[in-house]
Amino acid sequence: MKLKKIFMFSFRFILVFIALCFLVLFLVIPLFVVFYNAFSKGIGMYWGNITREETIEAIFLTLKILIVVLPLNTIFGIACAWYITKYKFRGKKLLLTFLDLPFTVSPVVAGTVFVLLFSVNGLLGGIVEKMNIQIIFAFPGMVLATIFITFPFVARELIPIMEEQGQEMEEAGRMLGARTWQILLKITLPNIRWALFYGMVLCSARCVGEFGAVSVVSGHIRGKTITIPLEVEILYNEYNLVGAFGVASLLCIIGLISLIFRKWIEKRDPQNLYRQIHRYGD
Amino acid sequence: MKKIFYQKSILPGYGLSLGITWLYLSLIVLLPLSTLYIKVFTGSLDEFISAVFSLRALKAYEVSFGLSFVSACINSLFGFLVAWVIVRYKIPFKGFWDALIDLPFALPTAVAGITLTWLYGPQGWIGSFLEAHGFKVVFTPIGIAIAMIFVSFPFAVRTIEPVLKDLDPEVEESARCLGASRWKIFQKVIFPTILPSLLTGFTLSFARSMGEYGSVIFIAGNQPLKTEIAPLLIVMRLEEYDYYGSASISVFLLTVSFVLLLCLNFIQFWNRRYLGTI
Repeated sequence: MKLKKIFMFSFRFILVFIALCFLVLFLVIPLFVVFYNAFSKGIGMYWGNITREETIEAIFLTLKILIVVLPLNTIFGIACAWYITKYKFRGKKLLLTFLDLPFTVSPVVAGTVFVLLFSVNGLLGGIVEKMNIQIIFAFPGMVLATIFITFPFVARELIPIMEEQGQEMEEAGRMLGARTWQILLKITLPNIRWALFYGMVLCSARCVGEFGAVSVVSGHIRGKTITIPLEVEILYNEYNLVGAFGVASLLCIIGLISLIFRKWIEKRDPQNLYRQIHRYGD
Repeated sequence: MKKIFYQKSILPGYGLSLGITWLYLSLIVLLPLSTLYIKVFTGSLDEFISAVFSLRALKAYEVSFGLSFVSACINSLFGFLVAWVIVRYKIPFKGFWDALIDLPFALPTAVAGITLTWLYGPQGWIGSFLEAHGFKVVFTPIGIAIAMIFVSFPFAVRTIEPVLKDLDPEVEESARCLGASRWKIFQKVIFPTILPSLLTGFTLSFARSMGEYGSVIFIAGNQPLKTEIAPLLIVMRLEEYDYYGSASISVFLLTVSFVLLLCLNFIQFWNRRYLGTI
């Protein structure tokens, strides 16, 4: 009996040990590497790297993309979640499948699609040329590619929680004579505010960090179409390792903020995140 | 009988939300994706086949699909292990580990790429150790697999974890009371319950690895026929202004993605039916 207990204990210990080793090897060390390399030449060098002219330009361009993408995706997210959870209609399953698209489609394919669409022989290439606006290898193309990658983030956070909450409150509001905007502003939005906020944080983090799709449509024009991740790539290819990791550390901090935020929201509303994870499982 | 496409609700805003949703989806997703297929259909079949199944493309698929499969397998195994340890055992700093699992989602892929390349490269901590023992990771398929494992790891854990949490202890207890051994309980009670989520995690992680670009290109070395992944080949074709070629390979990858999405829906359907019979 005692032998069996010892065996079970050591079995558990080994499992925990292997799991934690895997996590340390694959997750903790890489995170540490970024900051180790970024600060390897001292804080002064680090500060110099992240305040260089190119880096500042990249940060501004990334923010500009974010300012356009985030409101659009938020409006779409609220409308789409409302549409899916408040009504019964055919094709709901199809719509939900579309929302999964960016998770399975390669970002490179997403970028390529827009290059083809707006190329000279493309479907919209002629129109764009006539109107004399540059889309590909310019700001609008990068916005489009980013939207393609990030469009479902807000909606996917909202759908499970709105599904759970049902629609009695909204119906009651309607019965009492509330107008559409009153229902939205006074009933629905306060109920979903944390999920909405978290969806926006996720969307922003992904938007800032997107590399594959944006790199295809950006054309890598220095000082014009370089976002933060592309700046990391350029510095790395110039063998400026410390600079590349310095800029990368900025992206890391944004990622870490979204992780901490997730934990924080989980504490406030433990059911919420649990539910949204559950969607994949069942 | 008349088919009902939409059941009337007293809540307002049906038209508005429907309009915004489908307009946005059409402009951002459906229209662009359909142009890809239209572009491919403008060429002849021979042209398409020679673009999609050229030797270089075939090798790229081999690298992409083969290594995605390997990394999805490794992720399913370790994803299950990590989920099990986090749900079942008392470990120190559980909250920290739990938050850490999502790191690959939060870390931009380019950052992951340069980090892993440095770490496993000749001057990195792990790479220098491995190289001293005559083992090369960077610029080999092993490096690609490591990058793929990194980016798709959370999928495996996050799909299994909630199901493990939901698993009713009473079921296991009654199995134990009926005299089943621990191994038997795992085999007959736990494993069948988590199998659908295990498969979901596998498919998601496979799909993500297959399409991954940012983290892989740094560590892969990108030698044609050897360590060139399919998404990179699309970019190469674009840079050569071979738009037809890149569209063809994109269509191929896109179709595989659609098939994987179909698989995901099927697993969910199967799981729901299966759970319904309990």
